[in-house]
Amino acid sequence: MRYPYYPGCSVGGTAKAYEESLLAVLERFDLGLDELDDWNCCGASAAPSIDEDRAIALSARNLALAEERAEDSAPVDLLTPCAGCYRALLAAQRSLAEQPAVARRIDGALQAVGLRYERRVHVRHVLDVLANEVGTEAISAAVTRPLDGLKVACYYGCLLVRPNATFDDERNPTSMDRLMEAVGAEPLDWPLKTRCCGGSCYGADPFSGTTPQGALSLSYALLREASRRGADAVVTACPLCQFNLEAFQGEMTRTFGTPIDLTVGYVTQFVGLALGLPERRLGIHRMLRWRLPEREPVAAEGGVHARA
Amino acid sequence: MREPERDRASRPPSPNGGPRIGVYVCHCGLNIAGKVDVQAVVDFAATLPNVAVARDYRFMCSDPGQDLIEQDLRDGLINRVVVASCSPLMHEATFRRATAEGGTSPFHFQMASIREHVSWVTADADEATEKAKALVAGAVRRVALHEYLEPRQASVNADVMVVGGGIAGIHAALTMADAGKHVFLVERESTIGGHMAKFDKTFPTLDCAACILTPKMSQVRSHPNITLWTYSDVVSVEGYTGDFTVRVRHRPRYVIEELCTGCFECIEKCIHKQGKFDDEFNEGLGKRKPIYIPFPQATPSVVVVDPETCIWFKTGKCPQTCVEACERDAFDFEQQETFDEVKVGAIVLATGFKTFDAARAPEYGYGTYPNVYTSLEVERLLNAAGPTGGEPILRDGTRPRSVGIIHCVGSRDERYNAYCSRVCCMYSLKLAHLVKERTGAEVYEFYIDMRAAGKGYEEFYDEILKEGTHLIRGRVAEVTDEAISPEEEGRLVIRAEDTLMGVVRRIPVDMVVLAVGLEPQSDAQEVRRLFNISCGGEGFFTERHPKLAPVSTFTDGVFLAGACQGPKDIPDTVAQAGAAAAEALAMVDRGYVMLEANTAFIDEAACSGCKTCVGLCPFGAIAFDEERKKAAVNEVVCKGCGICVGACPSGAAQQHLFTDAQIFAEIEGVLEYV
Repeated sequence: MRYPYYPGCSVGGTAKAYEESLLAVLERFDLGLDELDDWNCCGASAAPSIDEDRAIALSARNLALAEERAEDSAPVDLLTPCAGCYRALLAAQRSLAEQPAVARRIDGALQAVGLRYERRVHVRHVLDVLANEVGTEAISAAVTRPLDGLKVACYYGCLLVRPNATFDDERNPTSMDRLMEAVGAEPLDWPLKTRCCGGSCYGADPFSGTTPQGALSLSYALLREASRRGADAVVTACPLCQFNLEAFQGEMTRTFGTPIDLTVGYVTQFVGLALGLPERRLGIHRMLRWRLPEREPVAAEGGVHARA
Repeated sequence: MREPERDRASRPPSPNGGPRIGVYVCHCGLNIAGKVDVQAVVDFAATLPNVAVARDYRFMCSDPGQDLIEQDLRDGLINRVVVASCSPLMHEATFRRATAEGGTSPFHFQMASIREHVSWVTADADEATEKAKALVAGAVRRVALHEYLEPRQASVNADVMVVGGGIAGIHAALTMADAGKHVFLVERESTIGGHMAKFDKTFPTLDCAACILTPKMSQVRSHPNITLWTYSDVVSVEGYTGDFTVRVRHRPRYVIEELCTGCFECIEKCIHKQGKFDDEFNEGLGKRKPIYIPFPQATPSVVVVDPETCIWFKTGKCPQTCVEACERDAFDFEQQETFDEVKVGAIVLATGFKTFDAARAPEYGYGTYPNVYTSLEVERLLNAAGPTGGEPILRDGTRPRSVGIIHCVGSRDERYNAYCSRVCCMYSLKLAHLVKERTGAEVYEFYIDMRAAGKGYEEFYDEILKEGTHLIRGRVAEVTDEAISPEEEGRLVIRAEDTLMGVVRRIPVDMVVLAVGLEPQSDAQEVRRLFNISCGGEGFFTERHPKLAPVSTFTDGVFLAGACQGPKDIPDTVAQAGAAAAEALAMVDRGYVMLEANTAFIDEAACSGCKTCVGLCPFGAIAFDEERKKAAVNEVVCKGCGICVGACPSGAAQQHLFTDAQIFAEIEGVLEYV
């Protein structure tokens, strides 16, 4: 099976490793991705603050493109790896469903460029698909190199389960924790699973009104707490979260005086490692820092449960 | 009593000639007149057939309004009445009474609802006026065919029932028993006392809950006019106001209530030397044995055996040291459920509330962090008869140095309950006082608004402020064990925006108390159906009128008291229980209730003797005359439900005030105009 795929802007740039590892993991389960032709930016957090209609139109266009390649009247599962894109698509769907006046304007705008959105798309995030479509049992059964004893802090970020998502609990999500358990890692119980990482506030443009210092203290709070609880790594499912947590650790150490040095990777990378996929296919070489405790070199047979 | 149908049919439709109808259109201030052109409706009504008088008045329900009707009737201008005003639920009784005062049958009256059905719900004034005319036309057509019916009465059973033995039920039961009525008080738990029995002290006067409650509990026990049934519940209710038949189930407690003296020797001698099972009365904070009494002043003072945990019931292998210890031979392990059926004239429902399940708000960490408690748990910790003897200590046995109390947990929150639970602000202040008094801890209260609207409440709030409790205005975002400083290490941190200071604060504490709100009992819907009353959207029982009939329900003879009707503190609960008791007494003491005239009757000429109606009648009101092969309705027993009328294949079963002719006339009247 192949999913229509909306990558979003980050995945082609800073988050290349996310897409590489995603493709490698899905391939193991005979799943593939069909990238939408001529997709556009989701508008992220900037567009809605400037013009709400246009922000919705951006996502509506992507939704319409996803329908184009599906059979007539069939429902479409559109996969996206980015929490920001996921939120933007869901928010657009919600506005179209709940605000008839907005829907009329957006449908008109789509029509002007020869598109039509028939409300057939079910937006799926990578974490949703891994946990609920591929399933933890299948993943667990395919594990060849379990992440035995790896202490991970599962970080969902603020947008993945809020405010429109339905695949997990909005205050205490658990799907990533279950995935990590399925590959043999030990997810830590920690209270900051959905605390904001600073999001787009890192933007250094003085005119945009963003506050890099505020963002820095937010992502620092996450890493400090994860370290305090003995995490070996932080697992993310969003390009922006991953980048914010990984890229500014030196700056944090200088600013706050506490040394911060923690591996921050994508959920697909950790699953991929447990599936025995080569590090290069998981984009590990692209990461700014990657230090995990040594694992036994011998591959295990038959998955985690078979070993027990 | 009404005369038999045969005689009536042979008479003219009214003792004073053919129909002469008076139409009265009410302005209801601007409620109707603000939308409907009342004068146009009156002018139109005057043109309708049989209409002798058409008038309007500002408030038809007022005395001068009613006088208009009565005077026209007395003057012989009219003999039928149509009032176009509010709904029958509101004022049908009023206008029927006026019609009767005028000297004819109260049922020579028909109402046209041009407020609820027209002015309140129609945007366009012209459309509203047209619709009002159509409804008046229908009512005029219909009332012309109304028969002359006498009102019926039924006698009232003088006994009453109270369901629920919390402070509301106790107070209602004692009030009615003191008035000489026999009261059946039914309580689900093994003791009366309800939530109030769990509290330590009560705001704002800080008198001890037990000291003021337990005397009333023992009065209930010893009152000659009260039959107290604990460990019992109502399983069915039949009949109607003045004559309810209630079936009550008594669950086995495996101890014969009449023999047990409450010496508690059996508890002492139980094979379990220590309490081993979660003690429900102590909110699971203490342990009890399989044989227990919830608290020392439990009423009745009779032990209960819990078959779920008792070794004898589980394995059949126990030396039965409890039985040996009992000098009265009060044990009966073979005890089964028993039932009682009683007849009562009125029922007071006082089934209370449950507290919000704090685990539904995971951001506050209840169930995750051991030292996060609900307010009810802390009540038990503070209670001298509680699991810690009145010491508010943490799970590890240490005393908290600082305590945070979070208001509005499950209240004023659109995710759970939009309403204010009304008691949490004040009980939180009380808990702050008690915790401070017993431990010397610093206490932080996080509130949205301080609601201290009650006698002595604001003054109490002032006292608590003076004692040095820290009050922080802001809804708490979360309770976390994330530590960002050595001071926070190993403690619970409350994060909240202080909206008075305009900063986000982190307050580390040792104990968090969640001020959980009040919710309807989990089985409120079943109880509602059992007693045929209604619930609001949030699930509390609905009163007949929020202002003018706050303790009655839409089912006559069923009254409400206490928090089953909505969140309430103890003073309000007791006041409402007294009011419910008084209204029940007023109804019972009158000795009779008026019944609807809309009973069924059989047109013998049309009856084929098929007996379809006989089996269908839920009240057993239809007899069958085997000799003449005809059905006959006993109109004293008939409740006017109309089932036989709908089912009769030959149209022989008919219903007064709902005959085919009357209904079709009304429809034709409306349609002809439209």
